[in-house]
Amino acid sequence: MELATSLGDPSPGRARDEVAICARAQGALVSGTSFTLVGLNVAPQAGSAAAAGSGGQEGAGMEEVPQDCPGTSSAQAGKGASCQGCPNQRLCASGAGAAPDPAIEEIREKMRTVKHKILVLSGKGGVGKSTFSAHLAYGLAEDESKQIALLDIDICGPSIPKMMGLEGEQVHQSGSGWSPVYVEENLGVMSVGFLLGSPDDAVIWRGPKKNGMIKQFLRDVDWGEIDYLIVDTPPGTSDEHLSIVQYLSAAHIDGAVIITTPQEVSLQDVRKEINFCHKVKLPIIGVVENMSGFICPKCKNESQIFPPTTGGAEVMCQDLKVPLLGKVPLDPQIGKSCDNGQSFLTEVPDSPATLAYRNIIQSKCLKHVNNYLIKNISLWFTVLSYLIS
Amino acid sequence: METAQETGNLTGIRQIILVLSGKGGVGKSTISTELALALRHSGKKVGILDVDLCGPSIPRMLKVQDKAVHQCDNGWVPVFVDQEQTISLMSVGFLLEKPDEAVVWRGPKKNALIKQFVSDVVWGDLDYLIVDTPPGTSDEHISAVEALRPYKPLGAILVTTPQAISVGDVRRELTFCKKTGLRVIGIVENMSGFICPHCSECTNLFSKGGGEELARHAKVPFLGCVPLDPQLTKSLEEGQDFIQEFPKSPAFPAFISITQQILDGMLAQTS
Ligand SMILES: Nc1ncnc2c1ncn2[C@@H]1O[C@H](COP(=O)(O)OP(=O)(O)OP(=O)(O)O)[C@@H](O)[C@H]1O
Ligand SMILES: Nc1ncnc2c1ncn2[C@@H]1O[C@H](COP(=O)(O)OP(=O)(O)O)[C@@H](O)[C@H]1O
Ligand SMILES: [Mg+2]
Ligand SMILES: [Mg+2]
Ligand SMILES: [Zn+2]
Ligand SMILES: [Zn+2]
Repeated sequence: MELATSLGDPSPGRARDEVAICARAQGALVSGTSFTLVGLNVAPQAGSAAAAGSGGQEGAGMEEVPQDCPGTSSAQAGKGASCQGCPNQRLCASGAGAAPDPAIEEIREKMRTVKHKILVLSGKGGVGKSTFSAHLAYGLAEDESKQIALLDIDICGPSIPKMMGLEGEQVHQSGSGWSPVYVEENLGVMSVGFLLGSPDDAVIWRGPKKNGMIKQFLRDVDWGEIDYLIVDTPPGTSDEHLSIVQYLSAAHIDGAVIITTPQEVSLQDVRKEINFCHKVKLPIIGVVENMSGFICPKCKNESQIFPPTTGGAEVMCQDLKVPLLGKVPLDPQIGKSCDNGQSFLTEVPDSPATLAYRNIIQSKCLKHVNNYLIKNISLWFTVLSYLIS
Repeated sequence: METAQETGNLTGIRQIILVLSGKGGVGKSTISTELALALRHSGKKVGILDVDLCGPSIPRMLKVQDKAVHQCDNGWVPVFVDQEQTISLMSVGFLLEKPDEAVVWRGPKKNALIKQFVSDVVWGDLDYLIVDTPPGTSDEHISAVEALRPYKPLGAILVTTPQAISVGDVRRELTFCKKTGLRVIGIVENMSGFICPHCSECTNLFSKGGGEELARHAKVPFLGCVPLDPQLTKSLEEGQDFIQEFPKSPAFPAFISITQQILDGMLAQTS
């Protein structure tokens, strides 16, 4: 495929300018002015598809948006104290910004070739969203007849490049947009991590700029024909989450898989995430409890490192009437596989964690829910059971 | 403008410390909580400002989740954790009508609340103000650093877990500190090593040494390793004072040592 050539071709059009922007944004920040650059700057070549498409509200140029900008959709748009002197004040006050973003329609068009869209969410950080996203993608891609895409919208803490063994890879520009980076022919990945010059580069962006990036990931990436688009997210219920739901609103999201760990400190944030899903009318496919129990490799006894003091995901799922898809135990090998950028599914097919996966496949919950999506999740586990048998 | 009031409410604070990490779930709120408890243990008066607006953990960790913030003439009165009022806390958790309510806010709204947290909370006299943050390098962080800049924070403690995935995010957080001119007090490696209560075998669940290596690489102080300690998780779940109640547990010495380094650092600075 042309994929190989585009990977091998060190395109000069690499979208790497973020860093420069960050530095400028910081310049503004350090000097203590109340303006921070939040304009988009990911359109590397004039006339390229990406550059041409980025004339939306967030703008392709380097706009300065006041820090207390009420936001274009607010009733205060253009009228707030901080709007004084803002280059966008007129536009905002005219109410034009409140109109639906034309990108939503463009994204709907673009997503016509994407059959299923699944978000992986959690209110809590570090619970294993990226790990699950990566392994769901790896698992689904075992079926060579399926085309899988993995999109990482954790803009400030992208983990996916490392987990997929793609660290240091770059995104290339083609006539039809940015090309994803491919793990296998049927598994394409996009992440802000591919746009950074070095592992030390920080993406110090406020909301509007992150939103612009997400918009571009959806609209300007040349995804092609896709069976599953899996979207890994940062923790929380803020800009990234609102934006992905909003931008995909016309394209239809199948639903969200919510990840939690068993302890209440995590569940209390996850309940918020579930409320968020209700608020934005995002269907919940189900909850995965991760890191539930650790089986000592030496004595095979189990310890509750993150104890389910309030009943864990099980009780929460009962209370909130959402399906529990299963529990994945703590297994140090999972972390190692992630650090090495390999699929745990093929690396350690016979660990206690994998045995637990078997039980998940047999779980009543999975059988009960007669939803094609759930079947696809169970496909992941079926793949697992296939691997270990 | 609010400037007069701004200087008013934070001037009684001797040192401001931010707790940061690029990575989620690594123990920022845990370190913030235990640091506050340990500082109190050595006779200090401490405030905690929780700027994790979408996932506030501290109210529960200090068992004050049912308390409310009150308004007085000078602003918001923080919630006191104990009768002696040695630890006070401000968190968005106190402002929600229902505990499970999601704060679905975009940046500008978050920024406005953080500014208000910095200017309007009546802390009174404090030895330390600890600022707990969400993961990342975005709105909350930029706003908190900007709003606190006039009060010259002592610096930031960076928390990581040992594995590469987490260390990678903390590298980016170091860059954030550099660019915003925030001093790095040091790096804490959390959740390094788990000792099986059944057979005493130590398993490095999230590998080992990543935090120390990062500190060496970045030439910033390494403050120590906190082991994975189920006793700690449990005491945070129940809002117990871990420092008071579990002096024999594996994580205790680590917290004491980190706290001592903070105290020593402060002495060195003031002398
Ligand atoms: N079941 C498990 N057993 C052992 N380690 C695990 C397990 N699940 C995840 N991990 C490890 O825990 C760490 C955190 O996982 P991950 O990065 O996927 O979390 P996240 O929810 O995406 O975090 P963030 O909120 O920062 O994006 C990783 O190092 C991962 O390898
Ligand atoms: N050293 C440790 N040993 C055991 N559990 C820990 C340790 N550090 C943190 N935890 C637990 O890990 C979870 C995540 O910690 P938290 O402080 O909420 O992370 P963050 O604030 O970075 O998101 C909490 O349930 C906490 O109790
Ligand atoms: Mg992640
Ligand atoms: Mg926290
Ligand atoms: Zn405006
Ligand atoms: Zn054991």
